[in-house]
Amino acid sequence: MKINIPIAAATASLLLFSSLALAEVAYVSNEKDNTISVIDLDTYEVTATLDVGKRPRGIILSHDQTKLYICASDSDTVQVMDLATHKITKQLPSGEDPEQFSLHPNDHHLYISNENDALVTIVDTDTNEVLAQIDVGVEPEGMAVSSDGKIAVNTSETTNMVHWIDTETMALYDNTLVDQRPRFVEFSKDNKYLWATSEIGGTVSVIDVASRKIIHKVTFKIRGVHSDKMQPVGIKLSDDGKYAFVALGPANHIAIIDAHSFEVIDYILVGRRVWHMAFNADQSLLLTTNGISGDVTVIDVAKRKAIKSIKVGRYPWGIVVKSK
Amino acid sequence: MKMTPAHYWYCFQGILIREYLRFIQQRTRFFSALVRPLLWLVVFAAGFRAALGIAIIEPYETYITYEVYIAPGLCCMILLFNGMQSSLSMVYDREMGSMRVLLMSPLPRWFLLVCKLISIALVSLLQVYAFLLIALLVDVEPPLWGYLAVLPALLLVAVMLGAIGLFISSWIKQLENFAGVMNFVIFPMFFLSSALYPLWKMQESSEWIYWICTANPFTYAVELVRHALYLKFDGTACSVTLATALIFSVFAIKGFNPQRAAGGGKPG
Repeated sequence: MKINIPIAAATASLLLFSSLALAEVAYVSNEKDNTISVIDLDTYEVTATLDVGKRPRGIILSHDQTKLYICASDSDTVQVMDLATHKITKQLPSGEDPEQFSLHPNDHHLYISNENDALVTIVDTDTNEVLAQIDVGVEPEGMAVSSDGKIAVNTSETTNMVHWIDTETMALYDNTLVDQRPRFVEFSKDNKYLWATSEIGGTVSVIDVASRKIIHKVTFKIRGVHSDKMQPVGIKLSDDGKYAFVALGPANHIAIIDAHSFEVIDYILVGRRVWHMAFNADQSLLLTTNGISGDVTVIDVAKRKAIKSIKVGRYPWGIVVKSK
Repeated sequence: MKMTPAHYWYCFQGILIREYLRFIQQRTRFFSALVRPLLWLVVFAAGFRAALGIAIIEPYETYITYEVYIAPGLCCMILLFNGMQSSLSMVYDREMGSMRVLLMSPLPRWFLLVCKLISIALVSLLQVYAFLLIALLVDVEPPLWGYLAVLPALLLVAVMLGAIGLFISSWIKQLENFAGVMNFVIFPMFFLSSALYPLWKMQESSEWIYWICTANPFTYAVELVRHALYLKFDGTACSVTLATALIFSVFAIKGFNPQRAAGGGKPG
């Protein structure tokens, strides 16, 4: 059999190119290093470490994945990074000490929780304009906007409340009391339920969005780990609506919850003080940031197994995955 | 009569089949050999389940539970007990039973002993694989190819431990009972190695213990098995295990004198 070398070479390079095009990268904010680590998800290696503002924590991608928004908490700003050049192109007025934020489906309204000021600031990312500042409870932290764009939710760590904000009027319209120190919230894909973690309470509250009442509380128990260490922080809900993944902080585990029965079905061991998580595009992988051990653990979602831990900077906090 | 390779092969087959038959007929021995490591895995390791989730240790790619850490050491524990037990019985059998018959063979004694060590090793492997299968129940799940890659490592370790056992029972008169071997050989070898705790943990507690562990060939045997099971190769562990196996085999064969046990006379 004869092989046409130029055609074979062209095919090979095309295959190589397409595999590169499919590759994904993760961006991780390192709270104590003032950097962002870039991880290639084909090789599981850190390919770049980028300097950013002071104490970077929450990070999110713009909907077209060309920009990365970074809460530079101690610089009191939200930085915008162009992902093509890895350069900071803009600083948004975020209010003091921005920690977590959420991008409205309209792609330019950023909802930012200002931990020190008990405020939620809404910023227009196009005009740099502060659209509103809404008073919420003490130490606001978790922030989420529903996928239909109608509701924004904030949690306040000290008031122990979930605050409901109407995005049209930009005003608070209700509060729900949850367990101690609520840290993170996420809407279910159909926007019917809101999942909220309570770090000190050690629970995850599932709240009915229509009535804003708690319909279930999930608790955690791991053999060999003291119950005080069960401190849920980050949540990720799978797109198929079947599972919820909860980062259990100093318990060093991720809990997998059946999103219908609310039963914990498995625990996966990851690094120390696991904080936040991100899925890759097809949700075959879940990545966790492990603050104290300074690494990111990659979990095979189908097998429910941790497959690799990758060293990043000091105290990795937020994480997002971008298709290359 | 001149011995041909066919004779050698026939002899090896004979010894292997006999070990295999003995293994099948003594099923209680098989299960009792499995109970010991399983107790360690299920009872002892359960208490420390979360103890190791604080550091990534070669060859693992991520954080592991204590069960996962301890499993290769327990595989080697099976080989250690089997190697010592079988070698001791070989020495006792010098004066009677099958060993006496075997030693009447016209083939060289070193060959017979090496065949015997390899046969014991091969039979021990069945127990190790049975253990690894049961270990799946407590989430000890090495990669599939790891089960194949670990085979030569296990074989080498089994031969090394068999040779050490044969050497000890041939040369050290005072240890000619299993209790002695257990207290003075098996336990120190097992505990002062990386089987139960990684060496950096040992170093944290005592520099002396750490040095003893690094001088213990069992540490290298465990690391060889651990790396192979997770599809990695530890060159140092392999070299040390191989060298130890060779050195002890030579001395064990030299020391194995059938007349010594029979009449207590001088080797002739």
